[in-house]
Amino acid sequence: MPVRVQTEDFDAGHEIAMLRRGNPAVGAIASFIGVVRDVNDGNDVAEMTLEHYPGMTEKAIAEIIEQAKARWKIFDSLVIHRIGCLKPLDQIVLVVVTGAHRGEAFAACEFIMDYLKTRAPFWKKEQTPLGARWVESRESDDRAVERWRSKE
Amino acid sequence: MITILYFARLRESLGKTSEEIALPPAVGDLDALRALLRQRGGAWAEEMADGRQLRAAVNQDLAQADARIGDGDEIAFFPPVTGG
Repeated sequence: MPVRVQTEDFDAGHEIAMLRRGNPAVGAIASFIGVVRDVNDGNDVAEMTLEHYPGMTEKAIAEIIEQAKARWKIFDSLVIHRIGCLKPLDQIVLVVVTGAHRGEAFAACEFIMDYLKTRAPFWKKEQTPLGARWVESRESDDRAVERWRSKE
Repeated sequence: MITILYFARLRESLGKTSEEIALPPAVGDLDALRALLRQRGGAWAEEMADGRQLRAAVNQDLAQADARIGDGDEIAFFPPVTGG
């Protein structure tokens, strides 16, 4: 499955090896890993809980991957996103794209991540010294997506 | 009947994960449904207020305020997403 939403951690090396296994046409692999930081908006973050919309989340990410495939010549892609309780240093998300050349792979990987941040239904709730709070969406994430639209 | 789902901050402030309601004939789009829910007052009036940052999906696709809704649809309301 190119899209997985799971509580378990992931091993990027293993996932990349599986994605490109037996395909000698692959000349480039781009990957991105998002990780939990110990600070956000000026406050220490002890842990966070990630919630999603089962069904829609997987569908939204699959659609983003299809858009990337329509836009660039890439072979395969994989998105793994974790849910549940996560702590600083934990991995949150993995995006891997394989292609013949690096240009397409880099661009598609960034595109998938930018769209995931603004379209895929996930929500973060942080535990801070001031109490629990829902993370606010960022305008910079909306601008990141606008960048791709203006290139259309 | 339609199913309405609430996520994240909305689920907490409204005290509801989901509900099924009979769709009044006059309620044909998302905006009208939002207005209907706003009439419940309290946290509903606050969360469904016009100025409030709110996203919605119809049958698991992101949808705009003028999206048509009908019997059997699964509607979801949630805050702007913050994954990744």
